[in-house]
Amino acid sequence: MAGISRDEVLHVARLARLELSDDEVAKFQEQLSAILEAVSKVSELELGDVPPTAHPLEIANAWGEDEPRESLPLDDVFANAPDRDDDHFRVPPA
Amino acid sequence: MTGLDTLRLTAEGAKKLLDAREISGAELFAAYAERDDDLHAYLHRCPDPGGDGIPIAIKDVIGTKGIPTTAGSKMLEHYVPVYDATVVARCKQHGLRTLGKTNTDEFAMGSSTENSAYGPTRNPWDPTRVPGGSGGGSAAAVSGGLAPWALGSDTGGSIKQPAALCGNVGLRPTYGTVSRFGVVAFASSLDQVGPVAKNVRDCAYLYSIIAGRDANDTTTTDVPPVELPTAEDLKGLRIGVPKEMNEAEGIEPGVRDAVRRALELAESLGAEVGECSLPHSVSYGLACYYLVAPAEASSNLGRYDGVRYGLRSDGADFREMIMRTRDAGFGDEPKRRIMIGTYALSSGYYDAYYGTAQRVRTVIRREHDAAFERFDLLVSPTSPTVAFRLGEKTADPLAMYLSDLLTIPSCVAGLPGLNIPAGLSEGLPVGLQLVGRQFAENTLFRAGHALEQAIGFDVVPERLR
Repeated sequence: MAGISRDEVLHVARLARLELSDDEVAKFQEQLSAILEAVSKVSELELGDVPPTAHPLEIANAWGEDEPRESLPLDDVFANAPDRDDDHFRVPPA
Repeated sequence: MTGLDTLRLTAEGAKKLLDAREISGAELFAAYAERDDDLHAYLHRCPDPGGDGIPIAIKDVIGTKGIPTTAGSKMLEHYVPVYDATVVARCKQHGLRTLGKTNTDEFAMGSSTENSAYGPTRNPWDPTRVPGGSGGGSAAAVSGGLAPWALGSDTGGSIKQPAALCGNVGLRPTYGTVSRFGVVAFASSLDQVGPVAKNVRDCAYLYSIIAGRDANDTTTTDVPPVELPTAEDLKGLRIGVPKEMNEAEGIEPGVRDAVRRALELAESLGAEVGECSLPHSVSYGLACYYLVAPAEASSNLGRYDGVRYGLRSDGADFREMIMRTRDAGFGDEPKRRIMIGTYALSSGYYDAYYGTAQRVRTVIRREHDAAFERFDLLVSPTSPTVAFRLGEKTADPLAMYLSDLLTIPSCVAGLPGLNIPAGLSEGLPVGLQLVGRQFAENTLFRAGHALEQAIGFDVVPERLR
């Protein structure tokens, strides 16, 4: 594992919608390289036909009753909104 | 002041005083609320809501209606939930009164509480040392006389490891026994809410209040009735000592000694103690966890986009607003984990990292299943070390991750784990970890209670006696 390049850090940050400063890019490049080297250890094991575990309990589907319930009042829904326009969350132009 | 010894008083003891009308509900609440929080256990303290229930501290990743819930992050600095988490609603139904919201590593990501955006919590035994994390605030509150008990949350050790470092009792319940509805999500296949207390009986009682199926969390299941432990022997119990968990590199000699003494006591109480093996759980557990948890975190933390709640930074357009919001709102540790997770899930790397980690997770589960064919409980140190110094590991994320080396395997396998204090090493608490089969909390309580009586650990930090 050769570590992660500066371009890869910038690529991942873009995918994750993180705007990083130049100092952060340099720091994270070093730290993420060390972490990725450590976690790459998982590839050492001979796994054969071992299936993946996504969830520790053996439950498949959990069905709920299809009954209407009260929703939160709109003023509660918007109580923490950075910017509200009537019944909408307002954001800068896309 | 009422003269109550909040450092020593258990929740059960407080209830007896209330029932006998030796103190009022208001006096009891005030005894905790008026105590100076020089440990910075709390991010927010609450006024007495009235009533005569037992007070409780709640980790700040757990949503509380009308009470700020920051998850230790600037992202949620001004966030005030409009509904209670199910666990909080259950506590209220039992009359419990919220003393305040306890400090946590940002989004519960850390092992020392130093990743909190609001500054670290200090260890009640030695304020120059960390209380562990991420639930260092809840653990410090309980051991520092600031709460009789508390709620924490645990993804890879955030209840058990702080309980070990602060010298109290913490349970990470079986995955699926306690609702996460209303709890700030970190890694959804691992996150569990659980109790922190001064002794095992209180821990079991608080667990009985919060556990159970919740229609709002479809990962919850029915839970066997909780039995408050009374037995003082361990007759008929088979205790396995996984050699990899007890001989791992980095376990301090004083920690090893305290655990060995506890195992000798267990034998004298009638338990059958034998060695066993978890061949890959320790050597590959950390790598597995630090792929699975960041992958899930990168998805869960995608919701912080400055649109519906939380911080918003200015930006000329939608995309710039989101990127600036996330840069300003997240501290270094969430950023690291989001990037590791995004990388591990990205095209071309998914199978090699996330896919492989999920298969290693199966290996770890099967190893535990095999050990439980011969044993009822698995015992090891909770943390390889006693509480370390503030600042000692903050510059090296990997060194910090190793704090969770011994708590992670059972978390990955979805198993319940209990920390009880095993004694002291160099004047600081050593934690003993008991791991059981899924839904075997009653076995943990029974063994933990009997051992606790035999060990006779004084939960009050020496410097405060």
